[in-house]
Amino acid sequence: MSASTEERPSPSTDPQELARLEQEWGERPSVHSFFSTVDHKRIGRRYMITAGAFFILAGMDAMVMRTQLARPNASILSPEEYDQLFTMHGTAMIFLVATPMFFGFGNFLVPLMIGARDMAFPRLNAFGYWVFLFAGSIMFGSQFLGKAPDGGWFGYVPLTDRPYSLGINLDVYSLGLLFLGVSTTIGAINFIVTALKLRAPGMSLNRVPLFVWAIVGTSFMVIFALPALNLDNAMLFLDRRFGAHFFDPHDGGSTLLWQHLFWIFGHPDVYIIVMPALGIVSAVLPAFCRRGVVAYPLMVLAIVTISIISFGVWVHHMFATGLPQLSYSFFSAASTLITIPSGIQIIGWLATMLRGRIVVRTPFLFVVGFIVTFVLGGFTGVMFAITAFDQQVTDSYFVVAHFHYVLFGGAVFPMIAGVYYWLPKFTGKMFSERLGRWAFWLVFIGFNTTFFPMHVAGLFGMPRRVYTYPGDLGWNIPNLISTIGAYVLAVGLLLVLIGVIHAIRRGAPAEDDPWGGDTLEWGTASPPKPYNFAVVPLVHSLHPMWDERTRTALVEGTILTGHRAVQTSELDGQHERVLEMPEPALVPFVNAVGILVVVLGLLWGWYWVAGAGAVIVAGSLARWLWPPERTPEEAGVAR
Amino acid sequence: MRRRGGHGTGTRRVRPAPALVLLLLLAGCSGGSQSTLHASGAGARRTEGLWWLFFWISVAVFAEVMTLLGWALWRRRRATARVRGGDALGMVSVLGVAIPFVILAVVYGIGLHDLNALASPPGKNAAVNIEVVGHRWWWEVHYPDQPAAVTANEIHIPIGESVRVRLRTADVQHSFWVPNLMPKTDLIAGKVNETWLYTDEAGNYRGQCAEYCGQQHAFMAFLVVAEPRAQFDAWVTAQAQPTTPTLTAAQQRGKAVFEQGSCASCHTVRGTSADGTVGPDLTTIGSRWSIGAGAAPNDAGHLGGWIANSQTIKPGNAMPPQPVAAQDLPDLVAYLQSLK
Repeated sequence: MSASTEERPSPSTDPQELARLEQEWGERPSVHSFFSTVDHKRIGRRYMITAGAFFILAGMDAMVMRTQLARPNASILSPEEYDQLFTMHGTAMIFLVATPMFFGFGNFLVPLMIGARDMAFPRLNAFGYWVFLFAGSIMFGSQFLGKAPDGGWFGYVPLTDRPYSLGINLDVYSLGLLFLGVSTTIGAINFIVTALKLRAPGMSLNRVPLFVWAIVGTSFMVIFALPALNLDNAMLFLDRRFGAHFFDPHDGGSTLLWQHLFWIFGHPDVYIIVMPALGIVSAVLPAFCRRGVVAYPLMVLAIVTISIISFGVWVHHMFATGLPQLSYSFFSAASTLITIPSGIQIIGWLATMLRGRIVVRTPFLFVVGFIVTFVLGGFTGVMFAITAFDQQVTDSYFVVAHFHYVLFGGAVFPMIAGVYYWLPKFTGKMFSERLGRWAFWLVFIGFNTTFFPMHVAGLFGMPRRVYTYPGDLGWNIPNLISTIGAYVLAVGLLLVLIGVIHAIRRGAPAEDDPWGGDTLEWGTASPPKPYNFAVVPLVHSLHPMWDERTRTALVEGTILTGHRAVQTSELDGQHERVLEMPEPALVPFVNAVGILVVVLGLLWGWYWVAGAGAVIVAGSLARWLWPPERTPEEAGVAR
Repeated sequence: MRRRGGHGTGTRRVRPAPALVLLLLLAGCSGGSQSTLHASGAGARRTEGLWWLFFWISVAVFAEVMTLLGWALWRRRRATARVRGGDALGMVSVLGVAIPFVILAVVYGIGLHDLNALASPPGKNAAVNIEVVGHRWWWEVHYPDQPAAVTANEIHIPIGESVRVRLRTADVQHSFWVPNLMPKTDLIAGKVNETWLYTDEAGNYRGQCAEYCGQQHAFMAFLVVAEPRAQFDAWVTAQAQPTTPTLTAAQQRGKAVFEQGSCASCHTVRGTSADGTVGPDLTTIGSRWSIGAGAAPNDAGHLGGWIANSQTIKPGNAMPPQPVAAQDLPDLVAYLQSLK
């Protein structure tokens, strides 16, 4: 992690103090430090690499499915295999790729953008990563054993309940998602506290970068949405394993209860996935438009509005279930209305481009690709808000087309833009622009060739989640085109991967601020020092790196010594106190292993193993929460 | 634009529009008989009208966004292009809030009108009642007005009359969807849902389960046959009758195999001793459009293959391979084909 620092202007003048800081914050590479690290940058990179690996696996699932669907009446896959593939593809992309990938971006970038030295709870942060890794491994492990969930990512009962699903498959689903939920919830709490309490002095709420706003909005949605999903999965597990009757209509249970709870989580989750991506777009654009994103107050308002309204639209996933018409009209209105904040952001970005001086580089190209595809997905989104039309096209390939435009167009394009934009900061290396442009065009053309024809297949009456289809219904040509597009898309994504690997291995060393960005991460070294900022920044504007006073303060301020960070007030970002930051520790890893043992014990029905795991969890928690040995006076953080 | 008269199939609507229409026509050549854009029912016509409304609004707004984007990209090539200050609050408020709000309000209003229209069939009172029970993976159809009329995977309706359909499921959730006629209604365990069908055009309309229900969700299709009232009445009356006893010698032998073998424990043929209720009622199997709810054509070869081992045709379905002796199979098939 030690890049050459000699030629770079150091933010402070005293090399001895810098060396001491480096020693206090740095983690020497070793097996011990691999498991004990609490550095948000290492954890953020791990999140991104792990989510990237899951992206490849879930993408390969999709390629196998597309191969099967290229022709009618194909028999490359058995129905059971197809069911596991589409369930894992959806579940993994939603839970194991999109959100963890953006948590990775957030982990790496939020502390840097707000001028902090780490996340608010570094050990909890490490814990969250390990839980995510273990939960994802269980779910993909089940696929390699041929026991993957096969009830769809939405897991509707009674199909997923006894007696219709008897194997271990759906226990993997319910327990795996419960396990993963621990990680996501903890990560969200950490982001909120970090963004509210660790902002650099002077960074009042109206100077918070839009990306940080997006991550905070997302985190609030996570906290309010996930309990519904967790409850659903806990009840499903109890129904399946212990014969509870939550979802059994013959014994007073309700199958629609599952759907309500699932979508109370599920629709906010769409925004949980997309919102950080919109934040990335707002972060990338200023550097390539040479000006800040316009209408900052409206953009922030859009983020906050989406976070709230997204909880009032879930019934549009249930427009065909026969609920009362009057309730449909309310949810239809809310679902129609929620497009307005997204529209505000789209027009805001277009206005930013119109009022700036555009420099076209690979990250910018992916932002343009995002705008084109996300807008198209938005149109079909409005269509699904209109109940009568929704009833006709829901559960058809039209939906598959729609949400890939929204989720691939809306989340993956910005994700790739973000990878290219911050690669210099993540790795200290520059990528090949030529490779990047090839990747963009292949991804853009491949994406549209894959998913545009699915609108047509859906309008022609093709239902989703079918392992094959008859050849006389007009679906052959759209499906063949989709499959060809999928292969082009796969090549494009492979080029992105090659571009990243090439940059890490052969790329030219990156400058600290290769794009002339406006936010504070560009004020650190590439890659950043373990302590991020030697001098705690003093923020004077919304675009601190474009602001002479903030830049001067970064160079001329005094170094904050020790393993310490600054706590500020929530609204105005006024200096409150200096905090002692936690040292690396193994206890988060041990605790996560304990929960893993609990989950595996429950999964196989070896309840004594689960009990042993619970003992590990309790023991490591006690160790974790044991009062520190040093008094605040000794630690040097007393008031 | 929203309501349309009668029409046939094929390429009715040749409009100059971008790639989408081209693609529609391209695929339309192969004659999609389950297309939402070949609406024949009163319900599907409304949603088809909505689609074209949405389509043209989308084209217009997409053109606006692309113009702004293209302008921004073109502008950078000019030497005079400068970074401008200001917050563009006006532009964002007008293009991002005011105009979308007006468009969305109009669309919502029209949508609400159509939602209301879909709530009840034209003419309020339904002349015909049908009860559909979803099974993994086939449809059981009852005609409560003639309680003996029970069939599977095939629904006949009279044209020009409203048909009320009551939907329930025997196992998991399914969804009742006839794209040419009517949007979906789900079959929910523990709940009875209702929908309706109405069409003026005689014809065969393919429908299919639209809610994932397990391994053979792909082959849970059915056929709606819309026909004039007289034909419909004759058909329902015929469905309600037990089988006719005039059989050839081979068919007689097949009947014995059916009644004495394992067939009768799961299937009913009214007028015989076969009264199983696990699988579809086979009283009129000989006249149905397919076997296995769209899994295979209804001919002697497929029927024989289905009986011997239906798992090769529709893996996972509830019917195990049948140990019917090779010499008995043609007789059994001949018997089943005689049941009309």
